[in-house]
Amino acid sequence: MKPLLDIDGLSKYFQLHEQQKLIPSCNAVKVTVYPGQLTALTGPTGSGKSSVLKCIFRTYLPSSGRILYRDQEDKVIDLAQASEHRILQLRRRDIGFVTQFLHCLPRKSALDITIEPLLTRGVSHQEAQRRGRDLLAQLRVPERLWGLPPATFSGGEKQRINLARGLVARPRLLLLDEPTSSLDPGTTQNVAELIETIKQEGVGILAIFHHPELVQHLADQTVRLLAPAPVMQEPC
Amino acid sequence: MNPGYELPVDDVNYNFAFLDELAKREIRRNILKAISIPGYQTPYASREMPMGRGFGTGGLQLTLSLLGAGDTLKVIDQGADDSVNAVNLRQFVELTCPGANTTERAAEANIIQSRHRIPEDKLTADQILVLQVPTPDPLTIVEPSEARRKIMHGEGDYAPLLTRLYEDIVQFDEIAISNRYPTRLNGHYVIDSSPIPRFDVPKMHQSAALILLGAGRERKIYAVPPFTDAVPLAFEDVAFRTEAFLDSKGNRRHCDRCTSATSYLDEIIHPDGSRHWQCSDTGYCNERRTQLQNAECEEARS
Amino acid sequence: MKKILEVRGLSRIHGPGCPLCFENTGAEAETNVCASCGSVVAAQNVSLDLHQGEILGIVGESGSGKSTVVKTLFFDAEPSAGEARFFDGDQQLDLFSLNAARQRWLRNHRFGMVYQNPNLGLNFNVSSGGNIAERLLMSDVANYASIRQRARDLLTRTEVLGERMDESPRRFSGGMQQRVQIAKALATRPPLLLLDEVTTGLDLSVQARILDLILEIQHELNTAMIVVTHDLGVIRLLAGRTLVMKYGQVIESGLTDQVLEDPQHAYTQRLVASAL
Repeated sequence: MKPLLDIDGLSKYFQLHEQQKLIPSCNAVKVTVYPGQLTALTGPTGSGKSSVLKCIFRTYLPSSGRILYRDQEDKVIDLAQASEHRILQLRRRDIGFVTQFLHCLPRKSALDITIEPLLTRGVSHQEAQRRGRDLLAQLRVPERLWGLPPATFSGGEKQRINLARGLVARPRLLLLDEPTSSLDPGTTQNVAELIETIKQEGVGILAIFHHPELVQHLADQTVRLLAPAPVMQEPC
Repeated sequence: MNPGYELPVDDVNYNFAFLDELAKREIRRNILKAISIPGYQTPYASREMPMGRGFGTGGLQLTLSLLGAGDTLKVIDQGADDSVNAVNLRQFVELTCPGANTTERAAEANIIQSRHRIPEDKLTADQILVLQVPTPDPLTIVEPSEARRKIMHGEGDYAPLLTRLYEDIVQFDEIAISNRYPTRLNGHYVIDSSPIPRFDVPKMHQSAALILLGAGRERKIYAVPPFTDAVPLAFEDVAFRTEAFLDSKGNRRHCDRCTSATSYLDEIIHPDGSRHWQCSDTGYCNERRTQLQNAECEEARS
Repeated sequence: MKKILEVRGLSRIHGPGCPLCFENTGAEAETNVCASCGSVVAAQNVSLDLHQGEILGIVGESGSGKSTVVKTLFFDAEPSAGEARFFDGDQQLDLFSLNAARQRWLRNHRFGMVYQNPNLGLNFNVSSGGNIAERLLMSDVANYASIRQRARDLLTRTEVLGERMDESPRRFSGGMQQRVQIAKALATRPPLLLLDEVTTGLDLSVQARILDLILEIQHELNTAMIVVTHDLGVIRLLAGRTLVMKYGQVIESGLTDQVLEDPQHAYTQRLVASAL
């Protein structure tokens, strides 16, 4: 089977000009993700797991390395070099990212936030709302919260909205950054089941899990990242 | 100019029709230009005349440039031949144009100079109507800069003017402009139709006679060539309307002097306080009265 | 998605200009003023691409040249150098080489602009409905009833009370004036909308509603927009891609979340760190 995502030699460091520092984030990372399978990133805090996801999504600019993605037409593109417009296109349909923190539009209800990816794909409002409600119910989000803006929700509630939005429209590649860190065991189990379902639908997943059991249950492959090298001084 | 030509000066050395021949030529050239571009405000070198600006110097310069011995001129002001300004202008022409005739009967005149009215009787292709204009540019009310107005005319951008009409309809349920109604000529330039009432604007459309408009102070000449479309600005669904002269019962008023029910009427308040209605066009009114009186005599005799 | 606008090498110099102007000014020189001739280089070699339906943000502090860019695109100011290509259907228009009449036509029919100062975008001698009517009348709509209906619809859409459509915008609050401006700009359904600091100076809640309105409009009409602001929050909310400008130059450009979370240029890093 051909890989959906093939990362080779990915390195990221931050160049802080004011402080004259070079902060390494991850180094020479090699990861593969296959359609319908889940690859888990593991490693100690600070080993750059989130950075890898962000580099794929282009929230971070990779410092070096290749991020080869196989698109719907079986063409391989290097996400690290792709144009901004191409990345925006891919973010709309191909690549989903469930981040640790919910960055969303203020004053929009939880349900509206959840169904937005469906609306951009042309799903009717009625149908989108139906699917959104189902998913929120599955994630055990209390119904009274569905019409409220998430700004005042608890961490766990926000995380579930985030998840719902990330999962409601099936992307080809799904990036998950600690999706269950604030959830109770019951809900975590539901999320695991959802992920299983998604895998079966052919979605390739790259995930960072807080709970090692999830890695055991869901991961088809595991990549362990090492802590990055110590800080280097920027040459003057 | 032909050096052998003898200038037709009178015994105190005024040229025929007061203006020198070169001035007349410049004005006639600009008249031709104005006719060629219907509604375009043609600039010209407006001469100093022996009356103040605002008394019809623009119209007068047009008339003097066109008048020759054998031509017949009628001058009216607010429709009347006997108002002060009309009388002054007529006397001025009689003084400076020996050989040119003057008349009060529109049918006899081949040049009619008028302020604020177009005569009731339909003008023919042998006649020229000269209208006196205070401000030639209809865009003045919405754009103070002349440079920008010229560009707006050139591009046919009359949106601010139409917005004015829109605002009128919003406020008054109809377009509230009473005179100087903006009128589009030949599908392009919008002109200030001069202070003629709305009643007279339709007379400009497809007129057999040439209509010239002169602004002396503003130094512009423009024209409505014969048989040109002259369409007052309006909306598809809010049409242009003329004065109806209806009494309280909805009947069209008549002229007290000549019984006409189709002419533009002036409201006259007599010393005893009673209101009477009378044709504004005195020449037309007088002719009708004469005809009526003749008819009465005929009847009385038979 | 198709490209709608392509700008290359846009520059604007106030003053005589000299061969050293670009060298003496810009982000590195930390000034707009040319030391050799005293000219002010408001914008230097700005290039950008805009696709149909996308929102591009231009962020920068005072003097960065961000407003200059949109002003030249809307033909309020003339560039000293550069090209801008506008893709309209199957036509490709070289904006700065068009004659004045053609530029005015584009302003009236294909572009919309909302200014920070409502005095520039609205006619206060005319009612708010009349302001919209004026824009419609420029595109030859001649039916009073339909003009009135469209004006009413647009004002309702931008949440200006219907009862106030016959009042002059002079009497409105700042937020409402901006909403009338937006309604007016949208009257001709332009494919390109330029927004110059439209919420700067407004109360936060008012600002929020206007930003929400802008997003809704973009979803409904798929209008491409350039949003100029100094507020990073506005950029984060509205723009998919962002340009960062300093002293007339574009010093960084990228996806908005990337520019805000992984800024590359020293100035951008400082800017992001300074956000409240």
